[in-house]
Formats: sequence, C-alpha cells, structure tokens
Amino acid sequence: MTTTPIRLQPPPVEPAPVVSVSAASHNAKMLEPAELSVELSGVNAFYGSRRVVRDISLPVRSNAITAIIGPSGCGKSTLLRCINRMHELTPGAHVEGRIEYHGIDLYAPDIDPVAVRRTIGMVFQQPNPFPTMSIHDNVAAPARFNGLIAGKAAEHDLVERCLRQAALWDEVKDKLKAGGTSLSGGQQQRLCIARALALEPDVLLMDEPCSALDPIATLQVENLMVELKRDYTIIIVTHNMQQASRVSDQTAFLTMGDDRAGYLVEMADTVEIFTNPRQQLTEDYVSGRFG
Amino acid sequence: MTTTSRPQGIHALRRPRGLGQDGVFRLTLRVVAVLIVIPVLWMMVDTFAETVPVWERFGIPGFVTGLRWAPSFTIYGALPFIYGTLLTSAIAMVIAVPVAVLIALLITEILPPRARTWVAVAVDLLAAIPSVVYGLWGLLVLVPVLRPFEQAVAGTAGKVVPFLAGPTPGPSYFAAGVVVSIMIIPIIAALSREVFAATPRLQREAVRALGGTRWDVIRTVVIPLGRSGVLAAIILGLARAIGETIAVTMVIGNAPKIGASIFSPGFTLASVIANEFNEANQELHPEALIALGLVLLVISVLVNGLAILIRQRFARGVGRVV
Repeated sequence: MTTTPIRLQPPPVEPAPVVSVSAASHNAKMLEPAELSVELSGVNAFYGSRRVVRDISLPVRSNAITAIIGPSGCGKSTLLRCINRMHELTPGAHVEGRIEYHGIDLYAPDIDPVAVRRTIGMVFQQPNPFPTMSIHDNVAAPARFNGLIAGKAAEHDLVERCLRQAALWDEVKDKLKAGGTSLSGGQQQRLCIARALALEPDVLLMDEPCSALDPIATLQVENLMVELKRDYTIIIVTHNMQQASRVSDQTAFLTMGDDRAGYLVEMADTVEIFTNPRQQLTEDYVSGRFG
Repeated sequence: MTTTSRPQGIHALRRPRGLGQDGVFRLTLRVVAVLIVIPVLWMMVDTFAETVPVWERFGIPGFVTGLRWAPSFTIYGALPFIYGTLLTSAIAMVIAVPVAVLIALLITEILPPRARTWVAVAVDLLAAIPSVVYGLWGLLVLVPVLRPFEQAVAGTAGKVVPFLAGPTPGPSYFAAGVVVSIMIIPIIAALSREVFAATPRLQREAVRALGGTRWDVIRTVVIPLGRSGVLAAIILGLARAIGETIAVTMVIGNAPKIGASIFSPGFTLASVIANEFNEANQELHPEALIALGLVLLVISVLVNGLAILIRQRFARGVGRVV
C-alpha cells in the first residue's frame, strides 16, 4: 500500500525575511535578516492548568543550529516538543501562541500534526532505536509508517544514504541485519539521527542528544550536527554550555520564573550570548555562577 | 572536624560464620521449592497406582486410542474425551485470543483515559463470575442464540465440509468452545493489557515523532515488545480452557463418542470425570475415570510445555529480517 504522504511544503516563493520583534520578544536581539525556518511567537505550554513555558518568542534561522540552553526544569524540552506538536500527545497538555513554519501556522485547524512531525524530525535524549528491529529496519521504519517508499531497492538506497549522512555507514554496513540495540550508545544515537533523516525532514529537533553519551561519541554527534546544517535547520536543547558554544549559531537562554514556568531571558548569536550577554541572568548562567 | 583513613583489620573483612543472612534465605527458598514439587509428584504417582488395573487390562496405547466408552461392557477408551478436550480448547482459543488482544489494545491504546478504567473493570468482572453460572447461561441463553448461526454454517459450508455439517442439536463442542472462550477472554485480556501498558513511553514517542500513527505505534512497538508477554497470557488461558469442567459439562451434550462435526455433542476429559464419578459403580469404571484424570494431567503438561517452548522462541533476539 502506498499513499502519497501529505507533507508541509515551504511556499515555492521565498518569503521576505521576517524578523518580527513582537512586544513579547523584545529581548530577542535583532538577528541579521536571514531566512527564518520556524518562528515562535508568544508560545505558552501547559500540563493541565500548570504553565511550564511562558510567552516565548523565538526566530529560528534556516540552515543554522539554534541552541536552547537553561537550567533543568525551565521548559526547554517542552518548548522543543511544541514545535513538532509532540507536546499535545501527553494527556492534558496543550499549547497556546503561534508557531510558524515558513509562514505556515503549525497549529491551524487544517494542519495535520502527523505531517508536521514528518517535516520536523526529532531526536531524543535517550537513544531509542526499535529493539525488535534490525539496524536496516530501524532506518527504514519511518518510510514504512508513511508510505514514502515503494520497493526494496529504493528502501536500501534510503537506508544507505541516511546512514552515510549520519556518519554511521562505515561502522554498520557489514551488519545491517544486526539488532538496532546491539550498537554502542553513541552509535545508537547516530542510528536514531539516521532514522529521523529517513523522513527527509526539513527541520531537526534534538533534545539533549548527547547527554547519555561519552565524550568521544558526543564529539562525533556534534561534528555530525555541523555537517547536517548545510541541509537542515537544527534546534538543539542542551544544558551543556560548552556544547552550545561549540556547535550553535544562535542561542536562546531560558530560565524559570517565580511562577515555575520557563521564559526567554535572551536570544542572540551564540558569540554574543557567550561573550557579551545583555542580561545579567545570562551572564551569570554562561559564566557558571548558577544553574 | 577532620577524618582520617582508618585501616581495618582482617576480622572486619572476614566472612561471617555459619550461613549468614543470604545463606538462610537461599536454604529457605530451596526447601519451599522442594515442598511445591512434592504434592505434584505424589499426585502423579498415586494416580498412576490407582489406575494400574486399567493399564493392565487395556495397555496405555489401547486406553488412550480406544474409541469406545461403555462402562456396562467394561470397555474404556479415552480418545473421544481427548478429542473433545483438544477441540473445545482450540475453538475457545481461536475465538478468545483475537478478541482478548483487541480488547487489551483498545484499553491501552485507543480509549480515552477515563473510559479505559471502566472497560478494564467490566472485562475483569467477567473473570469473577463462577463457572457454574457460565454453564447455566450457556445452556439457557447462549445455546439458543447460537442455533441460527450454527444452522447457517451447517447449511452452507457444512454441505461441503463434514467438520461443519449439521444436525445442530444445540449442546456441542462448538457451544462448549464458545462458553470457554468467554471465560478465558478476561484472563488473556487482563494480562495482555498489563503487557501493552508497559511499553516504554520513549518507544511510543519514537514512533509518533517519526510521523507514525497510533496504528504504527501498535504494530511497531506495542505488539513486538509485548509478544512474549501475550504468549504467557495465552498459555494461562489455554490451561484454563483445557481444565474447565462444570461449564463445559453443562453445554457439551455429554456424548462419549467422537462427533464428526463441531456441532455434534461430545465430552471432554474434565467433564466426563465430573459427570460420571459419583455414579461409577461398574467394574473398573472409577479406575478408568482416574486414568482419564492422569491423561488430562499429561495433556496439560504437554500443551503448556509446548507453549512455553514457543514463547521462548518468540522472545529471543531480533524478530524481522530485512
């Protein structure tokens, strides 16, 4: 059975660079006018009636790595999960505000959340390959979900391409039938990245992708991210500040307010955030004085 | 306050004398394990001793494959009952397994959280109904309800396949199988539900984040990860089906012969023992019934052993090949 999957396509005409600075995002420093991929405006996220993310506005540049940093519990992961509409899968959770992808409102009633998740891929904190599937099938799985591919040959091509993109091909090409969980932690995480790439997404969300990995595997994944930004827009949540400063182009610093909801303190080019932050809170955090 | 490193002498590092806590615990477990096995072995040996006259008269193969059961002629053959037990259990499993697994999936994957509890409680309640009530309900309600369906099958497929042919008197292997299936659905559903609910959240989210639907979640992670647990649930249901006595006796028709069709009346090992033991005053009749009990025990062990082997095979390693 092959169905033509509905994907969210950016409009064919390149939209004019929109760097809207709403009242809510007055702390987001004006970025140089580059094309925006995802734009969050006044986003609030809730679990039941409890607000965990308050009024966050973020412009995310295309083909760049945007890091979201901040102390534990400040809503970084929740914010990330709002972008691909994963947040609403938790019973009782909902999102308010506006999230646009190339000008398309991702929360409009006629938008299919499944199509959003195909366009905006996600990599989790814990490597989570499917344990009952081989390496090959793990990478092929999303295509099978979505009827993207017909035929074995096309599937093999896709698997090889994605494993190469994820810098894993040379390590696994002789054991594609081995179980996905037989790999080391770092290899499993790159397998999950390959699996996300098999969706042929446009944006890749990474939720602390290296926090379960050793330093060598971390370095491999970081190098991979820099490689991938040529073709993808990447948003990474991390509480590793060195990582944010090493790989990202722009950085958003979130912290928890008195209402225990995370809010945006400052967003700017990464160099600015780490060398010349405009907010005292940011400076305290990046210099290690708290958090 | 300062602390310094204080070297410990050899006596602080020596093993304790005697068994120690772990030793006592281990010994206790061993004793209990042996105590559990003793009654089972005793039962088997004792049952076998009771039935020696039967084996001497007919021989083990002769008794097990004997087609005729006629106490007044001192002729005892177990095959009609073995057939009945296996057939009713098979019918029950064919109906119960898909229904129970679907109920479990419905509860864990499809229903909104509030409805889940209610459906789960309703299914669990089915398990609390006594056998004899199932038997009565089967005889008075279910058998008449099944009649038109049986007649329809017998009138169409039954014309070609003798196994599905008429007449359809009502009490039959089929009726017994249906009643037993309803009795084991809650067992299989309840255990499968626990298994499915234990699917790691991270695995479910992996599917959803890759653009998978609920159905993709079910077929990609819930069922593959739950396979071995569901098989365990099926084994328990099967054990119950093989041993079910009272409800089966009430709806199977109690005919000590092999019926050609699933709509024929028959008998099972458990139900013939319950039905005849009180009035067993013919020569060798009580011994023959006890021998049927032994056969039932052996079948239970064999079927469960087989099911456990299958389960271990399923549980091993990576499933799908490219």
